[in-house]
Amino acid sequence: MKTLNVNGKAVIVDADPTTPLLWVLREHLELTGAKYGCGIALCGACTVHVNGNAIRSCVLPLSAVADTDAVVTIEGLSNDGSHPVQNAWRELDVPQCGYCQTGMVMAAAALLAKNPIPSDADIDREMTNICRCGTYQRVRAGIHMAAANRKGGAA
Amino acid sequence: MKRRTFSLSRRQFVVGSTAAGLTLGFGVPLPGRQAHAQPAFPDEINAWVVVRPDEQVVIRIARSEMGQGTLTGLAQLVAEELECDWGNVTTEYPSPATNLERGRVWQSFATGGSRGIRESHDYVRRGGAAAREMLITAAAAQWQVAPAACRAENGVIHGPNGKRTTFGKVAAAAAQLDVPETVTLKDPKNWKIIGKPVKRLDTDDKLTGKQMYGADVRLPGMLNAAIKQCPVFGGTLVSFDDAKVRLLPGVKKVVAVENAVAVVAERWWQAKTALDQLPITWDEGENAGASSAATAEILTAGLDADDAFVGNQAGDAAAAIKSAAKHVSAVYGYPHQNHATMEPMNATARWTEDRCEVWCPTQNGEGALASTAEAAGLPPQQCEVYKTLLGGGFGRRGAGDYIRQAVLIAQHFPGTPVKLLWTREEDMQHGFFHPLTQAKLTAGLDAKRNIAGFRVRISGQSILAGLMPDRLAGGNGDPVTFQCYAPSGEHALAYDFADVLVDHAMRNPPVRPGFWRGVNANQNTFYTESFIDELAHAAGRDPLEFRLAHMSKHPNNAAVLKAVADRVGWGSPAPAGVFRGLAQCTAFASHIAACAEVSVTNGALKIHRIVAATDCGYAVNPQQIEAQVEGSFVYGLSAALYGECTVKDGRIEQDNFHTYPVMRLAEMPKVETIVMPSGGFWGGVGEPTIAVAAPAVMNAIFAATGKRVRTLPLKHHDLTA
Repeated sequence: MKTLNVNGKAVIVDADPTTPLLWVLREHLELTGAKYGCGIALCGACTVHVNGNAIRSCVLPLSAVADTDAVVTIEGLSNDGSHPVQNAWRELDVPQCGYCQTGMVMAAAALLAKNPIPSDADIDREMTNICRCGTYQRVRAGIHMAAANRKGGAA
Repeated sequence: MKRRTFSLSRRQFVVGSTAAGLTLGFGVPLPGRQAHAQPAFPDEINAWVVVRPDEQVVIRIARSEMGQGTLTGLAQLVAEELECDWGNVTTEYPSPATNLERGRVWQSFATGGSRGIRESHDYVRRGGAAAREMLITAAAAQWQVAPAACRAENGVIHGPNGKRTTFGKVAAAAAQLDVPETVTLKDPKNWKIIGKPVKRLDTDDKLTGKQMYGADVRLPGMLNAAIKQCPVFGGTLVSFDDAKVRLLPGVKKVVAVENAVAVVAERWWQAKTALDQLPITWDEGENAGASSAATAEILTAGLDADDAFVGNQAGDAAAAIKSAAKHVSAVYGYPHQNHATMEPMNATARWTEDRCEVWCPTQNGEGALASTAEAAGLPPQQCEVYKTLLGGGFGRRGAGDYIRQAVLIAQHFPGTPVKLLWTREEDMQHGFFHPLTQAKLTAGLDAKRNIAGFRVRISGQSILAGLMPDRLAGGNGDPVTFQCYAPSGEHALAYDFADVLVDHAMRNPPVRPGFWRGVNANQNTFYTESFIDELAHAAGRDPLEFRLAHMSKHPNNAAVLKAVADRVGWGSPAPAGVFRGLAQCTAFASHIAACAEVSVTNGALKIHRIVAATDCGYAVNPQQIEAQVEGSFVYGLSAALYGECTVKDGRIEQDNFHTYPVMRLAEMPKVETIVMPSGGFWGGVGEPTIAVAAPAVMNAIFAATGKRVRTLPLKHHDLTA
């Protein structure tokens, strides 16, 4: 038994300590927004936030997550789907099949939290998630839109 | 415990299973706008349209949504004729078994070949129009006026003397009426929803994690399975030793599944972990020694072989080339590709002796039902398939292999649902691969430096021979192999060559082929458009002017080519260090052109910008066409720059995204899309642009470096000076 802090709530998990966080989320906590894509941290479909950092949860063993670590999944990014990244994604119709997009949104949200007005070069460097539908152009536009809306909202 | 492989007999598993109560469809509650359809005959107006008392309009969509936007586009077609309020529209999938039960009232569920809209536009619009007429007739009956005196607009029916009612109020009465046999469709110039860049209907749940894909299916009591297939194509399972794993936490059973072994456990991670430790003995069979190098020799020999199927022949290409002033010849090649959908293959099955249900992402609901029935040993009437949204399809999910496996595994657990999820490694190595071909192209240039005789010999793999040999055209070979080389039609060779010969020496390597987004249009357009560039260079003519000089009978193609040239400023110099390349084709009934702008610095390629034009006849949703065009360059250039699946010791060498790299955001060029529907026909959108991605970029690389890239992927070519 292990206690985790997921989306602001303490939850108790009974899983082998080697189980990747992704599978704890998906199979023990029924949070299936984080996706399995590659299993070796190459594609980013499993991206969640741990203490505000975008983490590829498919290679992070449960044993490496402390009960003090704040884990946030797409289900907990906002109460009503109104995070600036979610709003921008909706406005620009970013997703195609959408399977990678929960991870993409989490990666973008983490980027904006650290770098409120990222340049194209920043986006190139930080947004390394794979999308086979090829939504990258709208992902980039969505990040710029979310940055602009956040700035407007904060002002 | 050692076990021998055995063929599964359904009877072995019929042990006191109780099927009562399972005949009702049990749907995973899919939140959002594409919830499962359970046949709600009473409140449907007709097969395509349900109108609820609260004015909600549910439009039934037979084709599968996999990102391409067909769900929204098809709904636009129905809604246009229905005259409903677009803001009230939701969608649902009818089930394949219901389609069977109702005499295929929704016709084909197959979603491939960019056919969703272009194949069904007529009958889905008629479905919308019929429902509108029924709603009007119901309102007219209430008012005791002639239906002709009434009209519908935006979900409201207007009658004489200011009479007014809504769809929701007359829906129940309309549902009782006979469906009219003849309806008149709107003139396209009166369209209000078709042609508008409306937002997709399926976005919200993709942004919150609520969207359920096949891999997310969760059913009460469900078990999970991981699978390992014989790594060599055609190999078989000899034995496995489950002593080491059967007592591991959560493990329920280790089962043979034809050429594979599956571990079934409470949780998938437990199943996968146990499978990794399972000793398995394979009989690798006759393909154990197969290699890409050996296959390449066979294909190369096919370039000059005598046996070949003819796909396009007019005039006398050989004579025209022989008598030409100058000859040009080149050999090209294109490797196997994996679809690499982001969601690996998966299916969930629940089997009993008289009913089998499957939840799965599939591009072909009816095919999935057939796969289910066959594997279950049951008639399709006793089976059901619940389609989930697809985490990518690209042609891979037209196959039923993973569905069959899920059913065979579930037969070991009568009444208990079992979800089979492949690892990325299984997915990468057990695909249906983009077929391997080479081509030798030869042409003459006459005294005016025009093309005199055009000869293409394709050597290599046939998709139909691998997947549906019964569809090989009566001894005439595989027509799919000749995409973009056909004399006319949806895959016509888009040049006017009086003397032409295109033929195919079929050489099938032991790697199963499949329909990979764009299909043979990709290989063939890479060959043609690169070679046309070679000819332009040999003729000393401008690549745009040279192409247009040979396109007088292809005005739509000329129009898209001119459009990209105009937008990019072909006639004026590119920015310093930037070079341009063109490509054009007709594929999936649409006319496509692209111009790439690239630079090559110290051997490093940068693709700065691509301008692409699409004439798909009628453009149902321009912003989603743009999305498909943008994505097509990512998919096409992933293959062109990096993608190849190679064979060594009878198995695919690449197994994940480190060995099969794909394009990421930083490498994506800026894509500018010109949607220029000329009207009068319906062309596909999801696939054709992929064909021009590679040649446009490779031609730009030639302009930049003088290096002609004739084999893909580009990563094997040194672009340093």
